[in-house]
Amino acid sequence: MSTVENTETQSSAASVRPAKRSVPDGLWLRCDACNATLFRKQVEQNLNVCPECGHHFYVPTASRICQLLDPDSFEEWFAEMSPSDPLGFSDRKPYRERLIDEQRKTGMRDACTVGRGYMRGRPLVFGMTDSAFIMGSMGSVVGEKLTRAVEKATELKLPLVIVSGSGGGARMHEGIVSLMQMGKVSAALARFRKARGLFISVLTNPTMGGVAASFASLGDVTIAEPKALIGFAGPRVVFQTCKIELPEGFQTSEFLLKHGFVDRIVHRAELRTELARIIDYCGG
Amino acid sequence: MPHVHQLPFEKPLYELEERLLKLEAQPDPTPAEKESMRRMRVELTQMTRERYQNLDAWQTVQVSRHPERPQTPDYLELVFDEFVELHGDRSFGDDRAIVTGFAKLAGRKVMLVGHQKGRNLKERNECCYGCAHPEGYRKAMQKMEMASRYGLPIVCLIDTPGAFPGVGAEERGQAYNIAVNLRDMSTLEVPIVCVVIGEGGSGGALGIGMGDHVAVLEFAYYSVISPEGCAGILWKHARHADKAARALRFTSKDLLELGIVDEVIPEPLGGAHRNHFGMATTLKGSLVEAIQSLEGLPVPELLERRYQRYRKIGRFEEVGQLPTA
Ligand SMILES: [Zn+2]
Repeated sequence: MSTVENTETQSSAASVRPAKRSVPDGLWLRCDACNATLFRKQVEQNLNVCPECGHHFYVPTASRICQLLDPDSFEEWFAEMSPSDPLGFSDRKPYRERLIDEQRKTGMRDACTVGRGYMRGRPLVFGMTDSAFIMGSMGSVVGEKLTRAVEKATELKLPLVIVSGSGGGARMHEGIVSLMQMGKVSAALARFRKARGLFISVLTNPTMGGVAASFASLGDVTIAEPKALIGFAGPRVVFQTCKIELPEGFQTSEFLLKHGFVDRIVHRAELRTELARIIDYCGG
Repeated sequence: MPHVHQLPFEKPLYELEERLLKLEAQPDPTPAEKESMRRMRVELTQMTRERYQNLDAWQTVQVSRHPERPQTPDYLELVFDEFVELHGDRSFGDDRAIVTGFAKLAGRKVMLVGHQKGRNLKERNECCYGCAHPEGYRKAMQKMEMASRYGLPIVCLIDTPGAFPGVGAEERGQAYNIAVNLRDMSTLEVPIVCVVIGEGGSGGALGIGMGDHVAVLEFAYYSVISPEGCAGILWKHARHADKAARALRFTSKDLLELGIVDEVIPEPLGGAHRNHFGMATTLKGSLVEAIQSLEGLPVPELLERRYQRYRKIGRFEEVGQLPTA
């Protein structure tokens, strides 16, 4: 390869692959995997899993919290924390405008939600990144919220569960400041680990780049939803670098399980039960 | 002069230099010719200084990638008195993109970890142009852990376009190995001094970059993504790399302003590629000073400082409003 000359081959924490946005508005939707036309309500009642083929669709933050935590048990922390624009960044659109557009679109201030809650009666600290907001990429807000969540979990001696959904890795609109968030969260996890905290990392579609190369890979136990895209460099970049056909199922949950980087692949319907069981094993 | 690689903005410098060399080659110059040569030398110096003081972000990237720019092996010769290379990652293989080993720095024993890009085509291919694989990061972490146990300060020289994006790298856990380095470097009980000597490419750089003192050479850069990669995504084509380079604010001056690095190490007139020895001397001074300032610190204080160094990075509003629909 010619890394310096060939522009597309450069790897990056900000690897990119559009998050598959599914369950769009409207009564009906088409499954990305089996092409079945599905009744939207029915999919939602099925935890956003295709009733025909089991394909796991995207789950917005609020639904994910409902799916995993005991009803009304979630107490959100730092809910009003909002992004700023550390670089004064502008591509074809100023980052400030992009943020406002994303906030309007999602109703979220940024891609991350953290807080405490209960899972089948077990108290824990919960965090997640939402791939709907600038591809779930990690800028200052995501880094800061997760770091505080880890620090709180350390202080409160609670288990920590983080559900990752980040196709964007580190957020390039915040440049080097976002790269450093990887170090910041990872350092907090080092302290949590020394304090014998239990961290369960749940990888959902997609978990890439700088998110994969920091907190998402550092679970004591690593769980993945079926067929999620998980990896460091985006498959397009890998293909352009290696110029060979990518192996079947490359960078899927199943691929990572086979290569030793995921402990269990868990269907969404079983996720809450599995997480609670693991917490019990580790004395949570 | 055998300058193989001339950067576009250096053209006038080389032209002037060539004219001067021609004059100097003449036997028995007249007093007028001597005076003219003297003036040309002054002009050349001024022009070089002026060009290099006003490099834009994209030109800086070009300088940082200059094929004659000193790399880790050059510094091993010019800065360190001894190098005992340690190759093993104990798991898969020896990644030539990262070298590790014992080294002596002004009488001190240290652990050296550095990216290696390679000089000629053969070396570059062996080193994957400085793009490390998981085994490189694992080797680095193992040696740094050992350094921590034996009280050896750690010096990391960063120079990579990024961690290698390949099938094997993904199969062997590129993301996991970088993540582990970020986590575990944060708790090593010896001083860690990191210097970006050329390219600071994203996670591939940070994977050996969690230090107590992080410095960058004047014309190096340190970025979340390569300017070409960023341009390809946000401007839809890599030919806009110059625009991306400006927007990403990754030059040494920006990095200092943003609080990402603690020190900018000045380069010799016209960049490190013109004067390896001069660059090495300055770098050596900086490394020694940084280690000296850290080695007296009690371990808990050292670790707390390192934690806070990264803890404080990030810009956000504690309370922000959502836009009204
Ligand atoms: Zn389906």
